[in-house]
Amino acid sequence: MLSCKQASQLVSQSLDRKLNMRERFALKLHLFICKYCLRFSQQLAAIRVALLRNTQAIENDASLTLSPEAKARITQVLNNT
Amino acid sequence: MNNPHDWLAEHSDYLYRFALARLRDPHQAEDCVQETFIAAIKSQSFAEQSSPRTWLTGILKHKIIDLMRKNVREVAASQLIDDDANMDEFFDAQGHWTDKPQDWGVPEDALQQQQFLKVLQSCMDKLPAKQHTLFMLRDVEETDNDEICKELNITPTNAWVMLYRARLGMRKCIEINWLKG
Repeated sequence: MLSCKQASQLVSQSLDRKLNMRERFALKLHLFICKYCLRFSQQLAAIRVALLRNTQAIENDASLTLSPEAKARITQVLNNT
Repeated sequence: MNNPHDWLAEHSDYLYRFALARLRDPHQAEDCVQETFIAAIKSQSFAEQSSPRTWLTGILKHKIIDLMRKNVREVAASQLIDDDANMDEFFDAQGHWTDKPQDWGVPEDALQQQQFLKVLQSCMDKLPAKQHTLFMLRDVEETDNDEICKELNITPTNAWVMLYRARLGMRKCIEINWLKG
């Protein structure tokens, strides 16, 4: 029987590699009886989705602009290139 | 229209935001945009069939990933593993959660979702630079784990441990700030 520490490790690793059959089975069993690790798993998925959404929100936030100083600097660099 | 100065006027703000969303540091984001325009002006490879913005964003992406790798590599690998291996903060000696993951509820309306993103952002800002970069490389850019290992000169096991540590920290930070709100 996996401990929560081991189970949460497998949850995290399942995002980075394919778990083998034995690991998948052990994890499934643990998640079936442990609501905390199940939550952990759902929360990691939610974080991933929110991270992507947040990245897009920053990309589309028109109030964030390159400073005039930086623009002037880049213009100068381009003129000298 | 192949004039880099027009491109600067038209696309530099967008490129800056694209870089800022991934790098967190405004100076690094500015530098990446500058290097992108330098690379663009030197390169003759712009194909008319793609839009300048798409083409410039492609160049920028490479600049950002190069910088991320540098950011992570700057910390000596041995040092990374030592502090990453320590999970005492999250589990007791029996391997039980010290802070059991709580129910976050489901953010239902747009306002709540926005609040959640705000919490997420504040926690991203608090992450150590290395963990922030790992999150971005793995979860946003979806960089292959093998690639991360190769670039950072670490074993897959080290990468899993580092990502695991980063995710535990991020989850805990969100929980504290989201449920408090």
